[in-house]
Amino acid sequence: MKHKNSKRRLPIFTYLVLGFWTFISLFPLYFMLTFSLKSNKEIFGENIIGLPREWLWSNYEAALTTGNMLKYFFNSFIVTGCTIALTLMASLMASYALTRLIWKGRKTLNQIFMLGLTVPIHAAILPVFIMLRNLRMTNSYQALIIPYTAFALAMAIMICESFIENIPVELEEAACMDGCGVYRIFFQIILPLMKPAFSTIAIFTFLQAWNELMFAVIFISDSNYRTLSVGIQTLSGSYTTEWGPIGAALVIATFPTLLIYIFMSKKIQDSLIAGAVKG
Amino acid sequence: MEKVRKNKRAVCIFLMPSVLLFTMIIMIPIFMSGYYSLLDWDGMTQGTFIGLKNYINLFTSPSAGFMKTLGNALLLALLSVIIQLPISLVLALLLAKGIRGEGFFVAVFFIPVLISTVVIGQLWLKIYNPEYGIINMTLHFFGLDSYARTWLGDKKTVLLAVFIPILWQYVGYHMLLMYAGIKSVPPELKEAAKIDGANLWKVNRYVIIPMIKPVIRICVIFAVTGSLKAFDLIYVLTNGGPSHASEVPSTLMVDMIFGRNRYGFGSTIAIFIIFLCFFFALVIKKFFKTEEL
Repeated sequence: MKHKNSKRRLPIFTYLVLGFWTFISLFPLYFMLTFSLKSNKEIFGENIIGLPREWLWSNYEAALTTGNMLKYFFNSFIVTGCTIALTLMASLMASYALTRLIWKGRKTLNQIFMLGLTVPIHAAILPVFIMLRNLRMTNSYQALIIPYTAFALAMAIMICESFIENIPVELEEAACMDGCGVYRIFFQIILPLMKPAFSTIAIFTFLQAWNELMFAVIFISDSNYRTLSVGIQTLSGSYTTEWGPIGAALVIATFPTLLIYIFMSKKIQDSLIAGAVKG
Repeated sequence: MEKVRKNKRAVCIFLMPSVLLFTMIIMIPIFMSGYYSLLDWDGMTQGTFIGLKNYINLFTSPSAGFMKTLGNALLLALLSVIIQLPISLVLALLLAKGIRGEGFFVAVFFIPVLISTVVIGQLWLKIYNPEYGIINMTLHFFGLDSYARTWLGDKKTVLLAVFIPILWQYVGYHMLLMYAGIKSVPPELKEAAKIDGANLWKVNRYVIIPMIKPVIRICVIFAVTGSLKAFDLIYVLTNGGPSHASEVPSTLMVDMIFGRNRYGFGSTIAIFIIFLCFFFALVIKKFFKTEEL
């Protein structure tokens, strides 16, 4: 009897804890979503945490137009998109050479790449800044795309290698007997089979590039090239008294991430687990 | 096949983009930073070589304020290990028992990890706002006016106020890693322990936690090195203020280089942060090894 009782009480306790943490996790987001639709009057006293009484979509309009969020969003999109494409291309090619081609020093090179997993961006920020300045490349999309790609490579190569190892060598051998050269083997056999790796790498790279702040703050000062993270900082500086448009800007910046997460939550979780456990 | 796989030109072509990016953006800059760290240099004039003087200044010059930032970072690391990781572990253990809605809770707890730190920082700025922020409003509502304060502007509360969002954001990340670890523990082990009369607490303590030690080790390493590198949230919330009370090594580094043009000393901080990360990662690995014996 006693045993049964404790078994029944247990889930209640469990759900209390989990429910509490759900609240803690989601409350700031709920707060963001609601105040993005409110007027100052509601936020500052009348209706602090309730649902908006009057849905002020004009906050979004203000953020997108006068707040320049449309431009920042576009910039983030370009930078992130190019970073993902470049990372995919470079890492797929490199990991093929590192796992399947035979040459001296490939183990050493692989280890050097893996060191990149632990090097923080602090190591590079000043020299890369000086390099960009000398090349007159600060305030451009490349100023972010190139460093982001370089720092995403180590993880991407590691993920690619673990996928390539699962592709049977016999496939390549068969193609080779049919007279395929190394490039055709790579493009027609390896690439199509590596598709599952694409999304894992894209997820990692997306999160890294979309949310990055330190490089973006330092390499970009021209508002034409500001990404969302820097743009929001500027926006909050100019809208100190009006909270609504800032809330709208925060929602706009978060929206793509949440949208992707809703459709691919399992895949995203698995990617991050794989990345952490191997690294 | 052999001939195809030994194609030297293909090797070069395949490796070229990655090697080029890696050398230009990571390898060469690390050595450059190492060299800069030995200079007294403002970035405009020719730097002068001063050997290890910058490194000595890190520890001896109170005006540079590095020791204080290091203390703050270590405090954050400590809090991560003794507060954040236990919360994650409890959540992971509760979830991995196999309850209804497991997937939902995992997905929800993980959301803060994905959101940009700038967004989270801005959000918490609003929460901490002295006049209209939720915290002070709630305190006023309950008549606890004397507890209300300018959380981010008060030297006494700023560190805690800055650390809470940092700890909050990554609970879900560690939870997910631990949860995956627990899920991979063979169920027979748990069953066997239960048959031997172990209760839930004992199964967790003597079967599951020892089995997921490698995952816990990874979490501790991430929590500690992440704290040493922390930048984004602090930059957004206070940028190290008020009067350097919440400064951490990374914000000090950025301020030295890009705010005060002390390129040499800033690079010294950068190199020292990297050194600390590697050092702590090694120490933690060693610690877990001796634990196992």
